[in-house]
Amino acid sequence: MSIIPQLLLNGIIAGGIYALVALGYSLVFGVLRFINFAHGELFMIGAYIGWVFNIVFGVNILIAILMSIIITIGVSFLIERFVYQKLYTKGLMPPIIASFGVSIFLQALILMIFGAQIKTYRTGEIQPGISLPGGMIITKIQIVIIAVSIVLMIALFLYLKYTKTGKAMRAVSNNYQVALIMGINNKTIISYIFAIGAGLAAIGGVLVGIEQNLTPTMGVMIGIKALVATVVGGLGNIRGAVMGGFTIGIIENIGIAWLPSGYKDAIAFGILILMLIFRPTGLLGRKTEEEIRI
Amino acid sequence: MSYFANILVFICIYGILAISLNLTIGFAGIFNLTHAAFFGIGAYTSALLTLTGVPFWLSFICAFLIAAIFGFLISLPATRLKGIYLAIVTFGFAEIIIAVMKNWQGLTRGPLGLPGIPKASLFGFKFASTWEFFVLAAVVLIITYVIISKIVNSPFGRTMRAIRDDEIAAKALGKNVMKYKSYAMLIGAGFAGIAGSLFAHYITFIDPSSFTLTELILMLSMIVVGGIASVPGALLGAAILVILPEPLRFLYLPSSIVAAIRQMLFSGILIAMLLFKPNGILGERRLLLKKNAKSSWFIKKLWRG
Repeated sequence: MSIIPQLLLNGIIAGGIYALVALGYSLVFGVLRFINFAHGELFMIGAYIGWVFNIVFGVNILIAILMSIIITIGVSFLIERFVYQKLYTKGLMPPIIASFGVSIFLQALILMIFGAQIKTYRTGEIQPGISLPGGMIITKIQIVIIAVSIVLMIALFLYLKYTKTGKAMRAVSNNYQVALIMGINNKTIISYIFAIGAGLAAIGGVLVGIEQNLTPTMGVMIGIKALVATVVGGLGNIRGAVMGGFTIGIIENIGIAWLPSGYKDAIAFGILILMLIFRPTGLLGRKTEEEIRI
Repeated sequence: MSYFANILVFICIYGILAISLNLTIGFAGIFNLTHAAFFGIGAYTSALLTLTGVPFWLSFICAFLIAAIFGFLISLPATRLKGIYLAIVTFGFAEIIIAVMKNWQGLTRGPLGLPGIPKASLFGFKFASTWEFFVLAAVVLIITYVIISKIVNSPFGRTMRAIRDDEIAAKALGKNVMKYKSYAMLIGAGFAGIAGSLFAHYITFIDPSSFTLTELILMLSMIVVGGIASVPGALLGAAILVILPEPLRFLYLPSSIVAAIRQMLFSGILIAMLLFKPNGILGERRLLLKKNAKSSWFIKKLWRG
């Protein structure tokens, strides 16, 4: 029996999560030309907060997810207000170096509060997967992951397309200064954008936390992969982020059919570097060459 | 007393790393996030060579050369990109190098690491004690310091800074921008390689976890604290960030808590410095403030259009 269909399915599951996190990068980059390297840590914090409410306080999982979203957005808001906002105007490097600092700080904070031991949402027995035709096996939570990520992406597109705030976000992203002249409060819009990114990351965090386990470094690899997905899809492009997420998820999972599985991460970076050399605007990028190349 | 020597050895190793990182980030303006990986390449090169019986001095030189070659090769695609794209591509290269270290088990033994690396020895003299090793590390640090100071104040270094401040103007004056950037990466990577060699022969054990993103952020904190584009600043930053977490050792807390506090300490200092004193303690402030009072460090404007 071929293993390829199962790998493809795993790729789609991973891709859904990458896409959710990648949307946060892309939304922020579209407006600020800034990559928040601490975005993966918001994902991790979301997972831990959900765990605290669900397992420690014994709250229903849906309420735990809601609390996780709210608190993660709060954390993201504080970081944006007190760290990044003061650094945007200082050039390219300061906000990015600061985001590295924030990333390490949040990891260390969680490490101090919860320790390095693996935490898990699982309480009962391990549920067997459901067999699908073609020899594929999928668990219930994996179905939820695919469904939730697709629903959230469609909701985000509709939000950006039809609501007033969504339109304002696109305006700010398209031309910051003209949006300002048109009476849009850019600072508020930027806060909203960070909030959406943080919320999506928190949901992704809880879902992955339920499927796998929680560790203080769980956000690092997902954050980096989602960044790769964002670049592959085209930085600042919302559709591109989704496409990049699924592309990276599927390619790296199918790739391990031929390469040792440890190289799974290296596959993603290989794609990233080839992409940046030959097509730096990404699959769906809209920026001109001038902004990228010297 | 060897406790103090241990701290001094680390100041030397991190001093070399911070000075060479500052050459690429501060003086050449290349957002180089591969530095920790060059450090690792140097460490692995030197360790693997001495384990097969090559004398220390030769593997030390090879660590410089191999890391420099990697720096040069990475600079070829990387310096053709700019801004955030350059940061992402160097970041991607670093991650690939770490992935190879972890997975090329036949060569590097992967996450198990390489134990039993011989202590450094030169012409029959073995640097066995910590103080003896400190002398070696200090000599290498001084050589690095002098060479990089000479480079940044030479015509080559001034051109490099001109390219950093205004690339188009430097191009218009007929400077080969790619060449200067590639050389900056080559030199920076080479010195990171020798720091790696010292590290490997001092600790006598290396594994891929010593060369990851956390280590890079520590190096970035050093140059931000000491001052971007300042050679003495980088050394000062390295000394401060090596010494500062030391009192934590005497609190007798569990080691995982100490590691967490240490990370919070240096990331907190990094963020605070960026917010309140972005030019660092000895940064190139006098030079840049006169001309561009508003954008005191990198003169690129964020808002386009």
